[in-house]
Amino acid sequence: MAFTETKPQGDQEAPAPVERERLRGLLAVGERPQAPSAFAAARAFGWRAMLKIKHVPEQMFDILLFPIMMLLMFTYLFGGAIAGGTGDYLQYLLPGIMVMSIVMTTMYTGMGVNIDIQKGVSDRFRTLPIWRAAPMVGYLLADVFRYAAAGAIMFGTGMVMGYRPAGGPDGVLLGVALLLVFCFAFSWLWTWIGLIARSEKTVMSISMSILFPLTFLSNVMVDPATMPGWLQPVVNNTPITQLVDGVRGLFDGAVDSGAVLTTLLWSAAFVIVFGSLTVRAYNRH
Amino acid sequence: MAQGEVAVRAEGLVKHFKDVKAVDGVDLAVPAGTVYGVLGPNGAGKTTTVRMLATLLRPDAGSATVFGHDIAADPAAVRSRVSLTGQYASLDEDLTGFENLVLLSRLYGYDKPASRGRAGDLLDAFGLSDAAGKQVKGYSGGMRRRLDIAASIIITPKLLFLDEPTTGLDPRSRGQVWDVIRTIVAEGTTVLLTTQYLEEADRLAARIAVIDTGKVIAEGTPGELKSSVGAGSIKLRLHHTDQREHARGVLAEAIGAEVELDEDPVALTALLRPGDDTASQGSHALGELSRAGILVEDFSLGQPSLDEVFLALTDGVKA
Repeated sequence: MAFTETKPQGDQEAPAPVERERLRGLLAVGERPQAPSAFAAARAFGWRAMLKIKHVPEQMFDILLFPIMMLLMFTYLFGGAIAGGTGDYLQYLLPGIMVMSIVMTTMYTGMGVNIDIQKGVSDRFRTLPIWRAAPMVGYLLADVFRYAAAGAIMFGTGMVMGYRPAGGPDGVLLGVALLLVFCFAFSWLWTWIGLIARSEKTVMSISMSILFPLTFLSNVMVDPATMPGWLQPVVNNTPITQLVDGVRGLFDGAVDSGAVLTTLLWSAAFVIVFGSLTVRAYNRH
Repeated sequence: MAQGEVAVRAEGLVKHFKDVKAVDGVDLAVPAGTVYGVLGPNGAGKTTTVRMLATLLRPDAGSATVFGHDIAADPAAVRSRVSLTGQYASLDEDLTGFENLVLLSRLYGYDKPASRGRAGDLLDAFGLSDAAGKQVKGYSGGMRRRLDIAASIIITPKLLFLDEPTTGLDPRSRGQVWDVIRTIVAEGTTVLLTTQYLEEADRLAARIAVIDTGKVIAEGTPGELKSSVGAGSIKLRLHHTDQREHARGVLAEAIGAEVELDEDPVALTALLRPGDDTASQGSHALGELSRAGILVEDFSLGQPSLDEVFLALTDGVKA
């Protein structure tokens, strides 16, 4: 029996005592560095979020597996019924389902922001003399990395399943870029909700009740022309439908510049409205 | 630092949450370069007061300045002079101790090599270098506290808020935190400390504000506060139940104090009078008891507890 190996984590481990002399020396360092620029502060928070991925890699699972599941399920379950064949349906579905699953994963940002508040770590960030939006921008920077990874995996899976983009590599890259811009902008909605919601569960349920109608009432899975007449104007004008039109056009090599422009305008609106609501909620908290 | 400089001056701070008045008109004047204790039970408004002073909450009424800078009008100036160690460790639990300190050093504006150096030095000084590469979620309460305080002095602040820094710690970790606080103050930082423990405030603070239901109900040096309450008590446990009445008589005779019989049939408590020297009265009482042939199993000197302070202070208000 090796008793030494079953020592509990705790003070029994007897960490070395505080070294008063060294502490005194550290306190005496008077030179105060200049406060970091807004960009440097946001980059530091981005680094933090990447470290969290490194230490808690499980969080990448749902972000990477969920999209693949969506792609497989919708192609093979509904392809035959909707488009009369899975191959044709995949051509229609892939850009849309990529938008849908990545937009859905944006809600994790709000949960992260909310957990920071619950745990008290955001109290420390808020007493730092830094740009106030930096913690949120840092989160979003790392999230954009995650979305890019999810997009790449979906695209790879789609290629294996037989998807061929007529728009070529340029079109695909531009399409993904448009998607990432929109997700970055759209996520300010979640940072705001993350700040004002009482718990991460609240964030989750609010996010779900926004995301489900928003992503399903769109042209992701089916052509809106098949929907009842009164519904079509609604569906055609949601930001998600516009985004899907933009991405699909770029992937297919038939660029819909109107949809691209509308998507960029929606993105700007999200940043302006929910960005300022976020900063206001952050200051007030 | 200039003599008589004031680190924090608060006037009539008020904060409501829905219909609860968490803080209901708090006035404070914290002299620079000292430890100032804010003493009170859970829910007294200590944390809310500190959060307002640290610019984390906006007061509903009243005003406060930190080294002359208004917390509402110029929060950025306040933030560049203070650090806060909150009641719940303000650290990222997913990151290692080292990564936490590097992140915060970067956020204070150190470049990458300087941040790594600063983080390593702080971990060494706080006896945490062995745990540097472990995620904070695996740290014990004492280690978290020390890491949290280390994070608060990456840049030596002019004013450090410590919100209940030793609540829930074992006695040794508590002693380590006290050591750290004394060292920090000796180097010129003002510390505003909240605590539930009179003993802690007594040992560390130059002045104490006692706060209850959102109001300051007493303020003064630890000596002033204690003498307003009483000098404390002597607690005894005897070997034989049947000697208790005898012991009560001896104690009352020896130190002229009021003696109470506890529910435990072998225990009794002598309440000392204000101004009594607890230690000498205690040893005197012990001598008299042994001379009377009473077998004492356990003997302790107690400071007035926070309960007693409150009872005395709130009685004083009513009288």
